[in-house]
Amino acid sequence: MNARKPKVAVYKFASCDGCQLSLLDAEEELLAIAGTIDISYFPEASRRMVRGPYDIGLVEGSVTTPHDVERIRAVRKECRTLITIGACATAGGIQALRNWKDVKEFTRIVYANPEHISTLDRSLPIGSFVHVDFELRGCPINKFQLIEVIVAYLHKRKPNIPTHSVCIDCKLKGNVCVMVANGTPCLGPVTHVGCGALCPSYQRGCYGCYGPMDSANTSALSAHMIEHGATKHELMLMFRGFNAYAEAFRRESDSHE
Amino acid sequence: MFIIQRRDFDILISALKQRGYTVVGPAVRDNAIVYDEVNSASDFPVGWTDEQEKATYRLKRRADEALFGYSVGPQSWKRFLFPSHVKLLSVVKKGKTMEIQSDASNEKPPQYAFIGVRSCELNAIVIQDKVFMNEQFSDPTYVLRRHNAFIVAVNCTQSGGTCFCVSMNTGPRVKGKFDLALTEVVGNGVHHFVAEVGSDKGAEVMKEVPHKNADASGAGVAEKLVDATAQHMGRTMNTDGIKELLFNNIDSAHWDDVARRCLMCANCTMVCPTCFCSTVEDATDLSGDYAERWRRWDSCFTMDFGKVTGGNFRPSSKARYRQWMTHKLASWINQFGASGCVGCGRCITWCPVGIDITAEAEALRKNSVRIEAEHSTGV
Ligand code: SF4
Ligand code: SF4
Ligand code: SF4
Repeated sequence: MNARKPKVAVYKFASCDGCQLSLLDAEEELLAIAGTIDISYFPEASRRMVRGPYDIGLVEGSVTTPHDVERIRAVRKECRTLITIGACATAGGIQALRNWKDVKEFTRIVYANPEHISTLDRSLPIGSFVHVDFELRGCPINKFQLIEVIVAYLHKRKPNIPTHSVCIDCKLKGNVCVMVANGTPCLGPVTHVGCGALCPSYQRGCYGCYGPMDSANTSALSAHMIEHGATKHELMLMFRGFNAYAEAFRRESDSHE
Repeated sequence: MFIIQRRDFDILISALKQRGYTVVGPAVRDNAIVYDEVNSASDFPVGWTDEQEKATYRLKRRADEALFGYSVGPQSWKRFLFPSHVKLLSVVKKGKTMEIQSDASNEKPPQYAFIGVRSCELNAIVIQDKVFMNEQFSDPTYVLRRHNAFIVAVNCTQSGGTCFCVSMNTGPRVKGKFDLALTEVVGNGVHHFVAEVGSDKGAEVMKEVPHKNADASGAGVAEKLVDATAQHMGRTMNTDGIKELLFNNIDSAHWDDVARRCLMCANCTMVCPTCFCSTVEDATDLSGDYAERWRRWDSCFTMDFGKVTGGNFRPSSKARYRQWMTHKLASWINQFGASGCVGCGRCITWCPVGIDITAEAEALRKNSVRIEAEHSTGV
């Protein structure tokens, strides 16, 4: 490793802070990380701000305002490696639900003086504006995966972040499938792993927090659910969650409108 | 043949435990019958059965108190002999050199006694033996677990809705390779097990379990139960020329049809008792002075599986489903001298959208016959 500690910056765009909290939540690991890297810019956690350029930039949140667009371009310029963390940064987040509605109407309803609001009509992922080196999925992200990605980049190796279905993790753990054994609708077969099959491990169907997996066949899953009594409206809502604007989920929910 | 009374069944379990075995048997968990550590017959699925169809599994109450009145569940013994995650080694950097440490859990894995191994499952274990302990290659993590395992097989006295062991010639009667084999006889005021000893180890254990010799009628009852099971298979698979069928239909339009329905979720390969693919992951810690190498189950259905330098040799869903079925039913025969399918039906029951390997094979055959007919009549 270099004598100079790699400089890391953490940025926030439109988001709930949950993913940054996952980083703070990794307290023990963070202490170890703090010894190896220099967290130079992390306004959420520290007042200390070392100027860029940075070796790694972690970006949370989606782009929702013209100002965000300017800012993400500046961020890209000051980071050698740019990693997006979470569903907002990677797919537009839950706030991307507005992409199906009229934002002007929302601002009229919500704000007393809507003329002061400057906003884009859609919430979009970081990758729509700048090149992203690695997209870490999840709402929120899994802290162990975040550490894995940081460590992998520091050691110049490929991160062990698989892109297959949640079902594989279910089976590795020895879970009994909730779809087959209970008839509970589950998005696991089309969802990207990362959570360790959290919901199915507690007898719940998967909500799709990590977005579509690498070869998601959403229409086949929908067809099966419809055969088993789901309505088109239910399917539309099922795919319109935290990753509503991720392409595979967006197309699927649109097809049930 | 011997007869062990139900009330003496716990003595079998304690005899195995006393010999140092970790005893694994069927147990009800999360609405299914899984394989778990058991301490006594009360841990067993007493009076439970299952109803299985494609993409459906439901537990149901039986009218009796049978211990083995169910068909195979979501798990197989694979998870004990070939665990889903195994730490292979760790590496510690020591100055300019490094030290490789093997993992203790691999040198001294638990010594397992499996109670309730069905005929298809025993056949699946024999198939995995060919994969993990052949003349050319032997996998130490498998070999140790397998050599020390004690197998109490159970003849099936009912067939599941997705079973087709008769077609695959793998059941329902267990043949060889067990230490003890039981047939449960329950009803009309009796509840006992007709037992067969298959090894010296089995004979030793039998000495400690109260039993009497089975007379011809006692053994006959058990035989009849197993014969009846064979008559009631939930599925059949036509295996005539199956190897040629698959090899000659690489370009069949039917693969596109399956690919439209298949989720690429890999559940079928995870639940299959013969599927043996794994991947190896290396991970370093922050300091870079310590690394671990882990092996975990993988599947030919994942996108990563076919990724090599320069590209992916199986990027389409169609190619991945075709690979699975062609390996299972055809190239496996060339590779290991037997089919990779033992007809347990798990891939049918546990496929979330109910893709049925017997139906797919049949559809491929129909398609193939139709195309041949068109060719011969010059259409
Ligand atoms: S519970 Fe959901 S994620 Fe788990 S195997 Fe079943 S369908 Fe897949
Ligand atoms: S292919 Fe299906 S039926 Fe055949 S052994 Fe595997 S899981 Fe069982
Ligand atoms: S056949 Fe079924 S279980 Fe197998 S990958 Fe396709 S959808 Fe999943």
